[in-house]
Amino acid sequence: MITLNHYLILSGLLFAIGLVGVVRRKNLLMLFFATEIMLNAANLAFAATSSYYHDLTGQMFAFFIIAVAASEVAVGLGLLILLYKKYGSINLDDFTIMKG
Amino acid sequence: MITFAFYLFAVLITGLFLVTVMSKNVLYAMTSLAAGMVLISGLFFILGADFLGVVQLIVYVGAVMAVYAFAMMFFDLSRDVEERHDKPWLIFLLGGGIALTLVVMFAAPIMGEAVHALYPPVAGATNPQAVGLVLFTKYLLPFEVASVMLLVAMIAGIILAGKKMEISLSAMDEDILPDTKENA
Repeated sequence: MITLNHYLILSGLLFAIGLVGVVRRKNLLMLFFATEIMLNAANLAFAATSSYYHDLTGQMFAFFIIAVAASEVAVGLGLLILLYKKYGSINLDDFTIMKG
Repeated sequence: MITFAFYLFAVLITGLFLVTVMSKNVLYAMTSLAAGMVLISGLFFILGADFLGVVQLIVYVGAVMAVYAFAMMFFDLSRDVEERHDKPWLIFLLGGGIALTLVVMFAAPIMGEAVHALYPPVAGATNPQAVGLVLFTKYLLPFEVASVMLLVAMIAGIILAGKKMEISLSAMDEDILPDTKENA
């Protein structure tokens, strides 16, 4: 029998994978992928909680998270294209303009 | 059967997302991310959140991944991504530790006391009907705010990506590049 804890543990695992990706990645596009993983993990936890407590609030918040993710991608990729036009690279190491 | 499906989906999702995080090839990372999102929608269907599963398929796998695929055309990503890592073990320790702390922080209220259902599904209604009933009554204002936010994001995307559209960086010679860098 699958309980709520199974889903929450899976969600936490996926969140950890996404966070490791955010810390690890230097390529900005790959960094966006990792944030998508984290958002999906949160969605999974919301849906599981909503299902096991017979409450629709969790699903509502999952919808709003999806809306936020969609607008994040639109604005983020627009900024990324601008950045690429300016520097010719989307690697974070190439943007270090302060020398110490 | 549901137990088997859950474990199958869980293993596949974890593996695919690990490929996304670890792969050096952007195309591999994007494809495995899309596949993982499809499987996550499968988990939503198991949980009885039918409408959420369909929205996940349409918006994430359909729209968001298509936007990423289009954005990939702007960048030169045919080569493998070169990334410098000083201390790999520290990254895993920090990432895992921060994630564990956050998960415990946000999961603690569930363990503490009985959670009361605020908006239980209406008896006899299917999942999309129940979602519609709650979304357009109790969550109407956030829904409208979200729609305005999507409009703002659309305008921002058009304006940001559309700036200097006539200048193509990839079609340019190398010696002109510093010139555009000053102008930008």
